[in-house]
Amino acid sequence: MGNSKNTNSVTPRKKRGFFENVVKYRTLILMCIPAIVFFFMFSYMPLPGIWVAFVKYNYGKGIFGSKFIGLQNFEFLASSGKLLTLTKNTILYNLAFILLGNFLAIVMAILLNEMQAKLFKKVAQTMMFLPYFISQVLVGVLVFNLLNYDTGFINGILEAFGLEKWQPYADPNVWPVLLVVIYLWQQTGYNSVVYFAAICGIDAEIIEASKVDGANAFQRIRYIILPSLKPTIIILLLFALGGIVKGNFGLFYNIIGTNSLLYDTTDIIETFVYRATMTDFNFSTASAVGLYQSIVGFVIVMVVNGVIKKIDPEYSLF
Amino acid sequence: MAKTKDLDLMESGAKVRIGATDMVVRGVGYFLTTFYALACIFPFLIILASSFTSESYIRVHGVQLIPHEFTLKAYEMVTKSGLIWKSYALTIIMTMVGTGVGLAIIAMTGYALQRKDFPFRNAISFYIYFTSLFSAGLAPYYLMMTKTYRLKDSYFAVLLPLMMSPWLIILMKNFVKQIPHEITESGKIDGAGDMTIFVRLVLPMLKPALATIGLFLALGYWNEWYQSSLFLSSKVDVKPLQYMLYEIVNKTQALKNSVAGQYVSLTDIPTETVKMANAMLATGPIVLLYPFVQKYFIGGITVGAVKG
Repeated sequence: MGNSKNTNSVTPRKKRGFFENVVKYRTLILMCIPAIVFFFMFSYMPLPGIWVAFVKYNYGKGIFGSKFIGLQNFEFLASSGKLLTLTKNTILYNLAFILLGNFLAIVMAILLNEMQAKLFKKVAQTMMFLPYFISQVLVGVLVFNLLNYDTGFINGILEAFGLEKWQPYADPNVWPVLLVVIYLWQQTGYNSVVYFAAICGIDAEIIEASKVDGANAFQRIRYIILPSLKPTIIILLLFALGGIVKGNFGLFYNIIGTNSLLYDTTDIIETFVYRATMTDFNFSTASAVGLYQSIVGFVIVMVVNGVIKKIDPEYSLF
Repeated sequence: MAKTKDLDLMESGAKVRIGATDMVVRGVGYFLTTFYALACIFPFLIILASSFTSESYIRVHGVQLIPHEFTLKAYEMVTKSGLIWKSYALTIIMTMVGTGVGLAIIAMTGYALQRKDFPFRNAISFYIYFTSLFSAGLAPYYLMMTKTYRLKDSYFAVLLPLMMSPWLIILMKNFVKQIPHEITESGKIDGAGDMTIFVRLVLPMLKPALATIGLFLALGYWNEWYQSSLFLSSKVDVKPLQYMLYEIVNKTQALKNSVAGQYVSLTDIPTETVKMANAMLATGPIVLLYPFVQKYFIGGITVGAVKG
């Protein structure tokens, strides 16, 4: 430190101009250039294309040559009730994912922590991690082979007992429960890691002392572990709430796909936008829904970040 | 940390009498954990067993937990055309190139953005972070990729977008933070340039970070199907593994196309078992590898999760 102070004593750091800084830190700037170019190409370049939400898109004329129709794309989506249904589905699924997901993750982490058999813990954790490592395509295959009408595992068992077969792929009402169960199946092992690490960070002496004082497992969990986890729980819940209008496209699309029988209860913003883009080539409608989602999502993140800043500035995003 | 604590608990367990409540909690714990852990692998076992079962048996009795009428026919069908090996080669090349290049860029950027004396660090950080706050959405992205960049049916449309994400760069920044600031300072005193300091002094200390972030990238490439579904049409023969699986599962047509040239009558196609054999081949390497690398993911989750 002393050395650099000597060489810089004539021009203190704050007064150096922009171009001087560019020259002095050219290597560090160059190190950032590939990432800057990358995000420019794939994240900033599409932004002007949002204009497609305000036109009647004509493929030949392109986005900026097509006829401007103002908010008509939005008005149609809002008046048909489509926007409301999509928003409702997306948010309700996410709420269930977030609340049940975190609850189960906490339970799992606490239970793992209470167990003594090391090998058992290790093997169990490895098995619980498996669903996180597989592609969403395979999740779709696994679910299909459990549930389908003709060859599904569950129907095989029902048939063996002489019971009536189950047809979930034709019944929209069962999917809210099924999708939440599948999500929990895939994510709980992964989600519990953060909580498990937080529990391991609790001062071992406090737990030790509670044991000497004769506290049982329930008391230990209720009065030591849960209060210690409280900040982690609040922050993780808030972060998750920030993304509440972003749906889990891979999960829904690989399980429901284009089975329109189930759309009433399973269509989320992402799946609708994907179909509008890739199947119907209705870029204007797709973009209108996408823009609506981006704006609502942006506002929610800002609010959540404000709340986090109040609770603990250390954790705020920016 | 975790290890010493476990030891303490074990010793104390011997000293302190274990009450009935503790036994109940532990009993419930073992039961629930066993149940969930088995539930996690159960669907895999069904697919694995059924992929070795004859198609006719499955048509009548449904998928099974134990192979019946053992046969390798499904695997013969999947591997006969050789397309799956090309798909393997493509996926491996994409994973290696994408992970290598992505990792180099993420490491450089993470280091530069972590340097306290770098005057542009906040501006560049915000520039990168903003992309995760607000995005144009799928339709403008799709139009840009296909009309402006003309990347329809190009492997670059799959390779490039997966190379980095704001989250991975932030994760790298958090890892770099743990390296003592004095390392860079001492390099400067010795007159080394920023690039030399990064390559010679910082990179060797970033090995756990490189392993963690490299594995996140590699997993992303191996499991990629989304960009492929957007940009690779039927004009492209060789698809990444997971997207190949996606097409076989979702479009019987794709399967018919892939065996059409081989004098197989369509009634002979063991559709369900072929899907399962394909699923097993596309997932096999991951299932075999992940127990050895999961500790790096756990490291990444704990470093990255809270300080998002």
